[in-house]
Amino acid sequence: MADAAGRPEASPGSALIELRAVTKVYGRGSAAMHALRGIDLDIAAGEMVAVMGPSGSGKSTAMNILGCLDTPTSGTYRFRGVDVGTLSRDQRALLRRHALGFVFQGFNLLARTTALENVELPLIYQRVRRVERHRRAMTALAAVGLTGWAKHTPAELSGGQQQRVAIARALVTDPAVILADEPTGNLDTARSREIMDLLCAMNRERGITVVMITHEQDMAAYAGRVVHFLDGLVEPAATAVEDA
Amino acid sequence: MLSNSLLLAIREIRRNVLRSFLTILGIVIGVAAVIVMVTLGQGATAAVRTQIESLGTNLLIVRPGQHMGPGMSSDAPKFSLADVAALRHDLPALAAVAPAASSAMTAVAGNENWSTSVTGTDNAYLAARSWTLAAGRQFTPSELRAGRASCIIGATVRRELFGAQDPIGQRLRLKKLACEIVGLLEAKGQSSMGMDQDDLVLMPIRTLQRRIAGDQDVDVIYLSVKPGRSMDRTIADVERLLRERRHIGSMDEDDFRVRDMREIASMLAGTTTVLTSLLGAVASVSLLVGGIGIMNIMLVSVTERTREIGIRLAIGAREAEVLMQFLVEAVVLSSFGGLLGILLALGTALLLAGALKVPFIVDGGIIALAFLFSAAVGIVFGWFPARRAARLDPIEALRHE
Ligand SMILES: Nc1ncnc2c1ncn2[C@@H]1O[C@H](COP(=O)(O)OP(=O)(O)O)[C@@H](O)[C@H]1O
Ligand SMILES: [Mg+2]
Repeated sequence: MADAAGRPEASPGSALIELRAVTKVYGRGSAAMHALRGIDLDIAAGEMVAVMGPSGSGKSTAMNILGCLDTPTSGTYRFRGVDVGTLSRDQRALLRRHALGFVFQGFNLLARTTALENVELPLIYQRVRRVERHRRAMTALAAVGLTGWAKHTPAELSGGQQQRVAIARALVTDPAVILADEPTGNLDTARSREIMDLLCAMNRERGITVVMITHEQDMAAYAGRVVHFLDGLVEPAATAVEDA
Repeated sequence: MLSNSLLLAIREIRRNVLRSFLTILGIVIGVAAVIVMVTLGQGATAAVRTQIESLGTNLLIVRPGQHMGPGMSSDAPKFSLADVAALRHDLPALAAVAPAASSAMTAVAGNENWSTSVTGTDNAYLAARSWTLAAGRQFTPSELRAGRASCIIGATVRRELFGAQDPIGQRLRLKKLACEIVGLLEAKGQSSMGMDQDDLVLMPIRTLQRRIAGDQDVDVIYLSVKPGRSMDRTIADVERLLRERRHIGSMDEDDFRVRDMREIASMLAGTTTVLTSLLGAVASVSLLVGGIGIMNIMLVSVTERTREIGIRLAIGAREAEVLMQFLVEAVVLSSFGGLLGILLALGTALLLAGALKVPFIVDGGIIALAFLFSAAVGIVFGWFPARRAARLDPIEALRHE
């Protein structure tokens, strides 16, 4: 089995993402906060997964670990069969650079920087040459429907437009996975639908694995599978595949 | 990697115009202040030195008493023309020996009057001080011997009494004495101490002694040492001769003093060195203030920059790449600010040097020092907060408030 980008799997047959007994503790001693209490989670290449659960149940913590933005306190995270815990900081940076795209609830675009330059940024770190970089960034902006907004800075864009820039930035590198933490949390219903349609299209047309956190049932309905979090654990009953 | 960092750094500089401008401004002010101050201070020192050297470094000045200075009277006996004759006769190392006795007086010509300093001396005075005549002649031997009422005047006296007229052959009156002007000195301008060196009248010393002062005194003896003769040996010889003539016992101290221009030169140069250090100190403060300014801007922007670093790390930048970008950014800003500061300083110093009439001397060491200090401040305060942020997990950098 190979993922949609045609990359060979490190260990064929296994899941793209494998979490085993992952815990995360913030602080220590009496102030220790057990955000994750040992979760197991497998996500196969090409899946579209919605993550739901009450506020404070550990969704974002898990998502940040999946995105290699944060390190677990214990347990293992395998990505394409490779134990991420054994990788160096730089190797994890390269994993983010080439295989992972992250979309934040708060957008996290560079301020005073045009949409085009924001989308170009991952390609600069990938050493893509100027002409090619420009072409791919414009293609990504076109894919999120922002062709005419390339020269605008985040301050000149609406929330929905900023989130679309962030999605363009995540998909411009053609990643294996896009991780989205409440991508529609700051948007109204109409904007939310546009973003969800976009993510679905990425999943369907390019085979990009999408994992997203959402609070709304009708947004979760876009996904092939819903994972429920509660008190730092994944609820076993709810991990069942609902359709697909 | 460097071209990538350069691209990222330049983008970051362009989109933070105000921050970049303030950083550059701090560096410009610091660098410019130091260079201007030190350049002017060194110019002033050099000006003093050349002026003293133009007086002649082989000149010795002998005065009675141990101290010298305006208004200092001494109990020590004055010299006489016999002392002058003895020095001339006994010390072949001396090129010129000139007696001088001065007195402040009002010179009158027609309706004009001008108070000036009248010095009785002889032609050796001109030789000892390397003064030349612009017009007329020196004193004749018979004028000197007979104490005739002839005089040589400086350019200021000529201007005040005769304007543009030719003074040679004209007369001026000093008290009751009417003098014929036989020579006009070449203009010399202000001395380094701000004295007008052209405001004087010279006359044969016998004329001054007999017809104005009414005594036989010689206040000062000017000596010039022949080229190639040892100054120190000659000073010792002069001292020995004068001690003998003034009957000073071997245990007693001199009651006169021989000073050479090197001593005066180093004294004056000393005061300008103090001036330069003072200016340097003032300038260092501005450099420090500039540095603190840079530091402030860098530290204030840490929060924003930490988030920026978080974003860069999240999309796959390595720590080294983030740091390289910040380093390049700091170096570009510092170099640009430094160069601007140097240009500004050199321009300002050139203008001020012209206005203050001191030479324009560029000291590469100071320029390098000021530049490196500012650059170091920019780099250190741009780089260290960045290094701390780049070592965080991306999510921690993103969470930074
Ligand atoms: N940086 C942190 N320091 C301390 N506690 C944290 C931190 N981040 C999250 N937490 C805590 O961990 C728990 C899980 O948080 P999070 O994963 O953000 O939940 P969710 O995204 O499901 O709302 C919460 O109780 C939260 O307060
Ligand atoms: Mg959350």
